[in-house]
Amino acid sequence: MKFSRTVETPVWESGTTNVLKGERGILGVEEVRWVDADRVTETICQLKTDPKRPFPMLFDLTAIDESERRHRPEGETHRFTVQYHLFSPQRGESLLVKVAVPDGATGIESISNIYKNANYYEREVFDMFGVSFHGHPNMRRILMPDWWTGHPLRKDHPNRATEMPPLVITEEDLKEFDGWEQLSSGDSYIRTRNEAGEELLILNLGPNHPGTHGVLRVVLTLNGEYMEDVYPVIGYHHRGAEKMAERQTWHTYIPYTDRVDYLAGTYNELPYVLACEQLAGIRVPERATVMRVLLGEIYRICNHLVWFGTFGHDVGAMTPVFYSFRERENLFKIIEMITGGRMHPNFLRIGGCSMDLPPGWQEPIRLFLKDFDKNLLEYEQLLLGNPILKSRTVGVGVMSGDECVEWGVTGPNLRASGVQFDLRKVKPYCGYEGFEFEIPYETGGDCYSRAVVRHREMKQSARIIEQCLRLMPEGEVMSRDNRYAFPPRKAETMMDIEALINHFLAVGWGLDLPVGESVAMVEQPKGIAGYYAVSDGRTSPYRLRIRTPSFAAIQTLPALCRGHLLSDLLAVIGAMDYVLADIDR
Amino acid sequence: MNNIFAVTAASGAASAALPLPPLVVSLLQIVVLLGMLFTIAAYTVLIERRVIAWLQHRVGPNRAGPFGLLQPLADVLKLLTKEESTPPFTDRWLFIAAPAIIMVTSMLSFAVIPFGPEPFMVIANMNVGVLFFLALSSLGVYSIVLAGWSSNSKYAALGGLRATAQMISYELSMSLALLAVALQAGTLSFNGIVEAQRDLWFVILQPLGFIIFLVSVVAESRRAPFDLPEAENEIVAGFHTEYSSMKFAMFFLGEYVSVMLLSCVVATAYFGGYLGPNIPFVPSVLEGPIYLLGKMALLVFFFIWIRATYPRLRYDHLMELGWKYLVPLAVLNLVVTAVITLALPHLTVAPR
Repeated sequence: MKFSRTVETPVWESGTTNVLKGERGILGVEEVRWVDADRVTETICQLKTDPKRPFPMLFDLTAIDESERRHRPEGETHRFTVQYHLFSPQRGESLLVKVAVPDGATGIESISNIYKNANYYEREVFDMFGVSFHGHPNMRRILMPDWWTGHPLRKDHPNRATEMPPLVITEEDLKEFDGWEQLSSGDSYIRTRNEAGEELLILNLGPNHPGTHGVLRVVLTLNGEYMEDVYPVIGYHHRGAEKMAERQTWHTYIPYTDRVDYLAGTYNELPYVLACEQLAGIRVPERATVMRVLLGEIYRICNHLVWFGTFGHDVGAMTPVFYSFRERENLFKIIEMITGGRMHPNFLRIGGCSMDLPPGWQEPIRLFLKDFDKNLLEYEQLLLGNPILKSRTVGVGVMSGDECVEWGVTGPNLRASGVQFDLRKVKPYCGYEGFEFEIPYETGGDCYSRAVVRHREMKQSARIIEQCLRLMPEGEVMSRDNRYAFPPRKAETMMDIEALINHFLAVGWGLDLPVGESVAMVEQPKGIAGYYAVSDGRTSPYRLRIRTPSFAAIQTLPALCRGHLLSDLLAVIGAMDYVLADIDR
Repeated sequence: MNNIFAVTAASGAASAALPLPPLVVSLLQIVVLLGMLFTIAAYTVLIERRVIAWLQHRVGPNRAGPFGLLQPLADVLKLLTKEESTPPFTDRWLFIAAPAIIMVTSMLSFAVIPFGPEPFMVIANMNVGVLFFLALSSLGVYSIVLAGWSSNSKYAALGGLRATAQMISYELSMSLALLAVALQAGTLSFNGIVEAQRDLWFVILQPLGFIIFLVSVVAESRRAPFDLPEAENEIVAGFHTEYSSMKFAMFFLGEYVSVMLLSCVVATAYFGGYLGPNIPFVPSVLEGPIYLLGKMALLVFFFIWIRATYPRLRYDHLMELGWKYLVPLAVLNLVVTAVITLALPHLTVAPR
């Protein structure tokens, strides 16, 4: 498909019409409702169980500090907006409930008894914004250490360490940091005895442990080797990705997204650039879209290959990881050929891709696909068909489809519980509706089903890649709307003063996307990720919310593991497929 | 039954063949055997690393010396020069004793393994060799238990507990399987068991017993897929979490020596030990060691192979496999063997 200027809207007219100053339309969701703070539990309860239009999943819960917003309706004075992103997997429909909260201390009613997964999200909002939730069972910090002062995502919290007073950690803080203070104190949230009065062994697994895939800490109370309670303690990998966005320009934030789910490469950039493009109102050339799909599916296979190896390793098989990394290396060579990077490609741009495919790009991909079916079969024979593996994973960590939805679990973990739900089918983006592929699902809901689903997904991704090879359209890889998409073509900067000015402004000053709010949801390898971008007409996001699938998944760990053996914890962790950067951001 | 302490008799026989006093002969045997053991164990580590690398599309250690042949030396030097740390919270003396016990028990067992038909090819041709081996492997459990206990750390304690349960369970089926062999051979001496296989290896006469024994032996050696006591992903390093430097090396070496020992016992009890057809141009004295070590090498390869292939069992499944399947089958095997031995005495070799 060829783009020509005559067909497109003139650049100086496109874009700004989306959301005007003060309007409350939000791009990417079907409906937005403002609700009074005192009616929030009631409304959300209603919405969840509405017979005609239920929203069984709380996709996201977050807040915005409005104190420095320039574009606000007249007379609006509240400090925080708490927003609930409800989602219906059946209809692929989103509803955003927004609640004005005058200040943090006043707080808001907790909905953790309506949606189970609200628990962690409310803790996160409390941690980041200092908005307290009344009636929450465990209103403590979640990502920052308990002794932290201030709430990082508030606008008055410094962005950089150099803007802060020197960090002083007292002995008391250290004790708390260690967790032992809480364990020994009376109001501990960790039980040291069970109902029968037997003393339990408290095992602190992590944050540095060979089995937890990163700096996850799990406090276990063990009775023998049976886990009576499981408390994931997260935040050790928290880097403030959302806060960083508020300092970066729209364009320079792209590489940071790579580091969120560091196994998903361009699939992290995708929801971010989609959200930005939605705000800017620009169209992406077809070739760039197909390239995004191609790279995204390559990264999906990469992610699943890492999962396959580490899952095998978690259940004690040392070899699978080397087999899957062999294929992953081949894929990385392809990715390197196309993008120049490997794990962090920094390839997508607002408006397209950073460069065109190199000449001869099809050949290595074809070579890879030729052997891939055989390799998948090898994996099945090596690991998935193994009776020891089956005995370790079948019936372990069972979760039903309804429970998964209730916990906000998406992606392969949800599909393993018998829900054939994939955003690429339900609410297609990037032209996924034009590709032929199936949604593999299993009904067991256990660790083995999760493994099988991922294994079969690799095959489907290979199918999509193969179609990308066949159907890759010719044309440009960058939108011509050079107000928001840069760099413009060289010839244009030489001949067209508008293009030159836009380029100069975008690079020297930064893009200023139109005022508005936009949500982009994509089916990442680990589940649905959502980027919520708020533009206040400045060169950097006013607020960027990153909703990740791993954060939702890790919250289910206690429910999945309670009553199982210690070894099962590792099988569950392995089958869950999370990365800590994706949990803590 | 003759003199239980037939050691002196054997050494006496050896010294009759060689014009040396019995004590000197025994010392010579021990020196040769220990030298051989350490070397082979060190190279088993290298071979394991190379073989696993080969199974996993890797290269493995190939930098130190030609084909990495000096790697064991480098490993030993590294372990020797590492900082020796005994955590302050340990039970000091037990902590030190634990690695020593496993070295001693696994090496001592080699005394009863015959490397050839000649009297001087075995250090102690005891007529209760099988019992001696079983007794020492039971004692070996203490090493793990004490290491887990004295470390005073939770991971180590869990590893120690796992090891205790596992080794006691599998000891039983291992003993029962080995007893069936002894019954068939009509002797508890390893020499006698080998000699009884001159016509036919026991692996053919006792296929069920062999499988039981093999599984139990892998479990006894605490190697994958039975490596629960040191399951890295679950309990970090299990019973030897707190060990470092040479004390860790002793556990490490102990594991490899016991792999070699158990391979030798499998070869001796089921694959005719040192027996094999004549090799031309090789002095007949050397044939025994060549055959035994060759068979051992194949079995060690088997150990490595399954380690690279299988995931780890879960604790409760391990117990189930041991108590619900292996022990009853081993008892059945023993009973059937006993009945056949009584009913058809011509199948068995008369006790010598």
